[in-house]
Amino acid sequence: MQAAYIARRFGVFLLIVWLAATLNFFLPRLSGHDPVHSKLLQQAALGGYVQSGIEEMTREYERRFGLDKPLWRQYLTYLNGVARLDFNYSIANYPRKVSELIADALPWTLALLGTTTLLSFAIGSLLGALLAWPEAPRWMLWLMPPLWALHAIPFFLLGLILTYLLAFQIPLLPIFGGYSAGAVPALSWRFGWDVLQHAVLPALSIILVATGGWALGMRGMMVTTMGEDYVTFAEAKGLKAPTVFLRYCVRNAILPQVTALALALGQVLSGAVLVEVIFGYPGIGTLLFQAIRENDHFVIQGVVFTVIVALGFTTFVLDVIYPWLDPRISYRRA
Amino acid sequence: MSEPVLRVERLRVAFDHPLGKVQAVDDVSFALTPGERLGLAGESGSGKSTLALSIMRMIKPPGRIEAGAVWLNGGRLADLDEEGIRAVRLAGIALVPQGSMNSLNPILRIGQQIADALIDHGLRLGRRAEEWRVAALLTEVGLPANVARMYPHELSGGMKQRACIAIAIALRPKVIIADEPTSALDVVVQRQVMATLARVQQELGAAVILIGHDMGLMAQFVDRLGIMYAGRLVEVAPIADIIAHPRHPYTRALIASLPSLEARGALAGIPGLAPSLRDLPPGCAFHPRCEFATDRCREERPVLRDVAGVDVACHLA
Amino acid sequence: MRAVFRYFRRNPSLALGIALLAALALFVVIGGILVDTEDARPLSVPTLRAPSWAYPFGTDRQGRDLLAVMIAGTPLTLRIGFIAGFLGVGLGTVLAFIAAYYRGVLDTVIRGIADIGLTVPGLLVLIIIAVSIKGTLTVNQMAIVVASLAWLYPTRTIRAQVLSLRERGYVEVARLSGMSGPAIIFLELMPNLLPYLAATLVNAVSAAILASIGLEVLGLGPIDAPTLGMTLYWVNFNAAMINGWWWWWTAPTVIILMVFLGLFFLTVGLDEIANPRLRRSA
Repeated sequence: MQAAYIARRFGVFLLIVWLAATLNFFLPRLSGHDPVHSKLLQQAALGGYVQSGIEEMTREYERRFGLDKPLWRQYLTYLNGVARLDFNYSIANYPRKVSELIADALPWTLALLGTTTLLSFAIGSLLGALLAWPEAPRWMLWLMPPLWALHAIPFFLLGLILTYLLAFQIPLLPIFGGYSAGAVPALSWRFGWDVLQHAVLPALSIILVATGGWALGMRGMMVTTMGEDYVTFAEAKGLKAPTVFLRYCVRNAILPQVTALALALGQVLSGAVLVEVIFGYPGIGTLLFQAIRENDHFVIQGVVFTVIVALGFTTFVLDVIYPWLDPRISYRRA
Repeated sequence: MSEPVLRVERLRVAFDHPLGKVQAVDDVSFALTPGERLGLAGESGSGKSTLALSIMRMIKPPGRIEAGAVWLNGGRLADLDEEGIRAVRLAGIALVPQGSMNSLNPILRIGQQIADALIDHGLRLGRRAEEWRVAALLTEVGLPANVARMYPHELSGGMKQRACIAIAIALRPKVIIADEPTSALDVVVQRQVMATLARVQQELGAAVILIGHDMGLMAQFVDRLGIMYAGRLVEVAPIADIIAHPRHPYTRALIASLPSLEARGALAGIPGLAPSLRDLPPGCAFHPRCEFATDRCREERPVLRDVAGVDVACHLA
Repeated sequence: MRAVFRYFRRNPSLALGIALLAALALFVVIGGILVDTEDARPLSVPTLRAPSWAYPFGTDRQGRDLLAVMIAGTPLTLRIGFIAGFLGVGLGTVLAFIAAYYRGVLDTVIRGIADIGLTVPGLLVLIIIAVSIKGTLTVNQMAIVVASLAWLYPTRTIRAQVLSLRERGYVEVARLSGMSGPAIIFLELMPNLLPYLAATLVNAVSAAILASIGLEVLGLGPIDAPTLGMTLYWVNFNAAMINGWWWWWTAPTVIILMVFLGLFFLTVGLDEIANPRLRRSA
């Protein structure tokens, strides 16, 4: 039973992966856009060359990139490459491969996104739960309106404001980048501290905005949960207030929140991409941005595909964890 | 006549609603002797459940206890602080709710829900002792010991109800308040559950307040029966007396409305509707629906007084 | 009129939301009369001037009067949001009703597509679409691009609402009395859903505006249009922050803040209408 459920969920994951790959392949081709040709034209314009021989160069490159084969063969080659995580070469940064570029950038994004999502979910949920609890300290109520207002704005907007306040007006934190220009990436305390300093502002932009959303949602769920009969009975049993709060209220209220987390991942990622762009943080957001600027289609496709797969996988993991959290959902009904 | 184990004196509970104050419990007094079974019957909204919660000091805003006092074994409950009243709950007065609905935490095992009551009341047991204690409690209510490892959704209505009884008797309380324990169950299961309740009550020597609206159930279980109407206690009498000679017009109408196996004919109801607790009529709350109402009934509120060994709140008794 | 003000006191969010959006509307309308929007084009005015009487919002590096840019750009951004939001909710409503009312295979397919579509981060798919289109987008084309994904979330939520309504008694009665499917949908179900649809619409518009600004900041928007997102793109491109041209990003930031906060409070206010809550006295 359990195996069947997991297998089914994994099947959905594979379906998403395949759909992503296929869309990624066909959409650009639908418009008749020829990335190699336009890139070459661009280079030519930059260099001021006369436009002769471009056609031959294009054909040669296309042969190298395999773009002259019939469509279905290209598709199969593409799927084959994708399965081996080979996304071809980067047009703009040739001869670096797309997968290399992604491998360089991905850890930065994972670190930023992972910590900020977990932190904002944890802090937000706890805050929301406390806000709903009548015996909570009164000063906490003052936190509500600012959190509320904050969560309505996009991450990167807060990023701009924070940068101005904390990096410009008061030069407390660095404005730009993942580490100081000229610093050599190394596994040292000094570099680590540098990285941390540069990560504070991007992280804060995400955390301050996202926490409000989780707090609001959790508070609503808590209010509903606190009205349930089993909470009344828990109090009638003479349980201590912390026990009722944690074991009876929070543990029940957090279940829909976890579902919401799984659904919100896509949005959080979209927001994080823009944050990276604003801060020049060397994650896949910036990689994507540069690729768009340079019309590097292979990188764009590679990044989008990687992200979709990563999200699909995370959703899959959450799907599998959920019945463990809520015993009412059995593994049988998927 | 022994010392009453529970005494309620002139209890008043109100809810502050933007459209007006709701008087849910209006000047209710009664006493409970050790081991006695008292029934509390009335329509929905007559204040029975609110009364139960207020005895355990579990009324929350916008409700509040306006006046009155509750004594348990001679000690005033209002004198206790938060910690004090918390300790009294379950250990002194235990509530048996409608477990078959939603009274058990859906994500905890039954055994855990029994054990956390023990732990929070100061019992420091090792794991073995705890498991043994939980198993013993489950056996007392007629449930197999493996129920401890199950979740509420895996149990039937009757089993859930009995699990709630197991929790209620875990600390050997002297007073058990059973709030509609069988309302959502079918008659066969009802009987089993009531038998269980009767048995544990006798073994504990505890007094029981049974709240409900099923007169037939009351007749089979309780020693004395109290009738509530519009938040007021209108009659309290030994069960045989009240069935045979109901004194209050409302009680009389209630008994008369019970279908009988022998007699045939149209079912008798009570004309009119129960009054809104926000807008009670002056004088006796029942007078708009009472066929014997006099002018005095319309103006002066009747007090619960002893009439030939029975407590009645009616001018005409 | 009195009643309207009294309601605003009970529902302050709605009042605040409407106030913010009305302020923006006024800004655009009055501004359009007083300021020459031609100055929103490049090379109209001297470059990189800080705010002054002549140029209250300052000017940017390409010689645009930022006040004119804001006045011209705000309605463009809002327009994208509204078109995409309306299209999205319109399509979403139709699909939701079909799925929820007729159930069966249609429901499974529609719900499946919506679920999978929602797992994927919208911005990225929009990027792929935008990059695939030859040349740069116009404002209206961008609205269509954003709308292509805007129907996913509304479909899901409206479907859930219709499903719960469907089980209500009056629908059964309507069906038994011989009403046809579409008639039930339009005459029985929809009127009850209107507040909820309104809230969903505002939500969709907000999300669409966010998506369009996102695309523009990445440089995929209509490159000549003075929209809010494109302004931020140029801010980033020219490293305005580091260079100290604070006025360049302040104006769009404030306006975007007002747009999102206004829409947010409006959503909360509409939600209050849809599910009124009794106030507690504690």
